Amino acid sequence: MEDNLLEIRDLVVEYHTDDDVIYAVNNINLTIKKGETIGLVGETGAGKTTIAKSILRILPQLQADLKSGEIFFEGVDMLTLAERDMRKIRGNKISMIFQDPMTALNPIEKVGFQIAETIKLHNKIRREEAERRACDMLEMVGIPMDRFSEYPHQFSGGMKQRVVIAMALACNPSLLLADEPTTALDVTIQAQVLDMMRSLKEKLGTSVILITHDLGVVSDFCDSVAVAYAGEIVERGSVDRIFNNPHHPYTLGLFGSLPRLDSTEPRLKPIKGLMPDPTNLPSGCRFYERCPDAAEACALSPPQDIEIEPGHTIKCIRGKEGGI
Amino acid sequence: MTPLLEVRDLKKYFKNKAGMLHAVDGIDFVLEEGKTLGVVGESGCGKTTLGRTVLHLIEATSGQILFEGKDISNPTKQEMHGIRRKMQIIFQDPFSSLNPRMSVCEAIMEPLVLHEHMSKSEMLTETRRLMDTVGIATRFENSYPHELDGGRRQRIGVARALALNPKFIVCDEPVSALDVSIQAQIINLMLDLQEQRGLAYMFVTHDLSVVKYISDDIMVMYLGQMVEKAPSDELFKNTCHPYSIALLSAIPVPVYPNNAQRVLLRGEITSPINPKPGCRFMARCRFAEEKCNEPQVIEECAPGHFVACCRYKEIKENKD
Repeated sequence: MEDNLLEIRDLVVEYHTDDDVIYAVNNINLTIKKGETIGLVGETGAGKTTIAKSILRILPQLQADLKSGEIFFEGVDMLTLAERDMRKIRGNKISMIFQDPMTALNPIEKVGFQIAETIKLHNKIRREEAERRACDMLEMVGIPMDRFSEYPHQFSGGMKQRVVIAMALACNPSLLLADEPTTALDVTIQAQVLDMMRSLKEKLGTSVILITHDLGVVSDFCDSVAVAYAGEIVERGSVDRIFNNPHHPYTLGLFGSLPRLDSTEPRLKPIKGLMPDPTNLPSGCRFYERCPDAAEACALSPPQDIEIEPGHTIKCIRGKEGGI
Repeated sequence: MTPLLEVRDLKKYFKNKAGMLHAVDGIDFVLEEGKTLGVVGESGCGKTTLGRTVLHLIEATSGQILFEGKDISNPTKQEMHGIRRKMQIIFQDPFSSLNPRMSVCEAIMEPLVLHEHMSKSEMLTETRRLMDTVGIATRFENSYPHELDGGRRQRIGVARALALNPKFIVCDEPVSALDVSIQAQIINLMLDLQEQRGLAYMFVTHDLSVVKYISDDIMVMYLGQMVEKAPSDELFKNTCHPYSIALLSAIPVPVYPNNAQRVLLRGEITSPINPKPGCRFMARCRFAEEKCNEPQVIEECAPGHFVACCRYKEIKENKD
């Protein structure tokens, strides 16, 4: 497929602790087209961050075990690349924004230097040229150039996240992995940062995987959505389909639990129970115990992906009709 | 009838190398029994300090706090011990607010040990009853916090706060560390408890969409001051202060197509150290003009709806 930028096939990742095996990612398939922005949605422990880290191959080496799967980026299986080649991709063609801007920056280096460092590493240019480009990047994310020589502690949270974004975009990557980029920020600052990210990705034509638990951010920012639950993608489709015609009971439950300003319901409708223990996943459908529509067959074998509309798949044998 | 809690011109300043940090600067409110006041604002607006000052967890700089009609601004140690059982708090982070070396049972029992004259078996029965009330299975009574997930830990926090049958609970961002499906469970639990026990809540949060579900009145704070206060429905229907308008519009709404018109604020929150006398939101406000440099007077623009902005009428007319 020509226009697929990234293709993840049957990815399985486990974490090993002294006593247990944590099944973090179980047979995930995900395709991202050039220029597409996809929202990867799910709760804590759904495996969202593990997917992103697998793409960049930055999983913790000792504990994590990438059991099987293939990750094709621009037609090359990255899991077979040598570490040397991988290093040329990280921060260059694929870069990542981490959740917490307070810990993502080096506290004892000037912010401008940290941006220039990335640029210099991936391009054969002189230091002055790299610094000049770093200045341009700062301007682009809305930070005045004269703050080039300041240290991270002199910036506020929103400003630090802008620096991190400038670093991530410095080499004009074709894929940006944004792991909860605005979760640590106040809403008014979040609105500013998202607005900036939107105009940058349009300007640069970057594909984005936006990892978030906030469905509001997704509808505002993404073209398509993948809903993750207990290490699987349970529903995948365009934003329009997922928001206006969701089918998987978990997605429906997620919308019901969401406090929203436009609702007239006096009470929220939570999903009962908790996410299954990742060391001991049920053999059938992972959502079986919490599902209001579960049937006996659901507990027996894990459901397969069913395409209910072109581009809209769900992992549920009962694939309910109708919207929210 | 005397209200349960009345706060008059409450101030809390912190001394700081650079000057006086005005964390809470002249807050007034009244809370009736069984009602909820939502306090909303962004980081650094003083909402947490307000909650803690009301509970005397930190001493107020000046102002009055009346609880059940009695002035408790300067209580003796003994008086405070009596007041404590009526006013409790649920903290934000269930990962750091519980003693890691206390089991679930010990943690919930602690307030009973400190305040009630009960035998050990009575306490145990009471603890189990509390666990049942907040929905933690008794099989967890000997578990330690690290063995539990965030939702269950927060339930312990709720049980501890309920143990002495208080009348008033300050809830300091009780659900912001939780996932949405768990968050909804805890919010519903708190609403149920309020109905059953007639509790009054002061619900401190940064999340306006959460507060909508739980509050009777909502107060929006900015840099230590109240900028707007109104009954919940009225605030959402008829938002007056430019800051509240921006705050509301900044919340991403989970609908598609998303045609929301965002009011993007310029800049960030200014320093709360030695603030100028005028409107504190002025530096970020697109309606700011000369007269905003004067101290803002709180006006009642509709019954029970207060706003601290000298231009709210003009802004409203322009919008309509």
